[in-house]
Amino acid sequence: MDLQAIAPHIPRLRRYARALAGDQHAADDLVQDTLERAINKHHLWRQGSDLRAWLFAIMHNVFVNQLRARAARPESALDEDDLPPVPSVQGARLEIRDLESALALLPPEQREIVLLVGLEQLSYAEVARALDIPIGTVMSRLFRGRERLRTLLTGASPAPVLKAVK
Amino acid sequence: MKVTEHELHAYVDERLEPLERREVEAHLAAHAEDAARVQGYREQNAAFRAAFDPVLDEPVPDRLRRIDTSRRSARIAVAAGWLAVGVAVGWFAHALVGVRSGPAPQSLARQAAIAHAVYSPEIRHPVEVGAAEQEHLVNWLSKRLGAKLKAPLLAAEGFELVGGRLLPGPGGAVAQFMYQDAKGKRLTLYVSRVEGTQRDTAFRFSQEDKVAVFYWIDGPFGYALSGEFAKPQLLDVATSVYKQLNP
Repeated sequence: MDLQAIAPHIPRLRRYARALAGDQHAADDLVQDTLERAINKHHLWRQGSDLRAWLFAIMHNVFVNQLRARAARPESALDEDDLPPVPSVQGARLEIRDLESALALLPPEQREIVLLVGLEQLSYAEVARALDIPIGTVMSRLFRGRERLRTLLTGASPAPVLKAVK
Repeated sequence: MKVTEHELHAYVDERLEPLERREVEAHLAAHAEDAARVQGYREQNAAFRAAFDPVLDEPVPDRLRRIDTSRRSARIAVAAGWLAVGVAVGWFAHALVGVRSGPAPQSLARQAAIAHAVYSPEIRHPVEVGAAEQEHLVNWLSKRLGAKLKAPLLAAEGFELVGGRLLPGPGGAVAQFMYQDAKGKRLTLYVSRVEGTQRDTAFRFSQEDKVAVFYWIDGPFGYALSGEFAKPQLLDVATSVYKQLNP
């Protein structure tokens, strides 16, 4: 496998990276690091398995490493439930800018899942594999992420997050 | 019938079977708050697509199309370092005539020598596509350079094709064909698209540190043949390459 095989996936990696990272430059840095890593580690890709899902898994690892590198803001010290309430954007119709700023306010681990499911249309099981976490964790982050995003975008009052997962 | 949070989201993402879907719909008809949430989540998905789908139609930036491993970039930097002295000498020593635009032939020789220095020592990955897939190799590189290429046969000169690879060059994609002799000593043919009004040139010679380079411009391409060989031997090979490309 080489860049030839990966090339068709680049536009979708860029779409996801743009939504995840915010601005174009940071997003393309993320894609570039992902592609370099994919080429370096191509022997780890299982022939016949879903190349796109594998690339998302690599992008996740690169993204997490980039977050860690920004040591000024230690994510792990913050529990997502302890975050201060964020002023909501009033008005039901949302503009792209509002969407982007609202996404930026989501904890990264929720943002990833909300986007992998909603934008990239990965199944819950595919997301769990790509991020290497249990499916229950995927679901609870999806519930929280979507609800937080909804309150950010519409000013709705948050619904109680149901802990029970089927 | 109690509907779970999981089912509400699976409904949003259209991952329910028809029966489950009808159950959720019945639930939503009776629970306005859940219905509002589901509506909000659906709008999120639609908003993602509206906001970010245009990225799919953007041209992919060059830096992502020509990506290669960071390890390789590091080696290019090292090779460029040890070549720098030779290049500086060569740059001033060779007066250029008849060059009006595009990469100067001297820079062609330098780029070729650097590429040779980087890739010819590779044991395991000297090329991206091996000689066994020669037809694919030539078609692929022709496509990327935008004009028909040929991989010359150098068996008479004692060299067999190892394969080739695509490289970034100052003016776009560049092809590198690699050959080796019976002892495994390698030479590379670097083929770069030449734009503009450059005239064909005769053979020029440049010694880039240990790497000897014959280079010339012929039609749409600049060619550079590089190897750690004596000048007369390399000239023989270059002559053969030139003849095969101009039958």
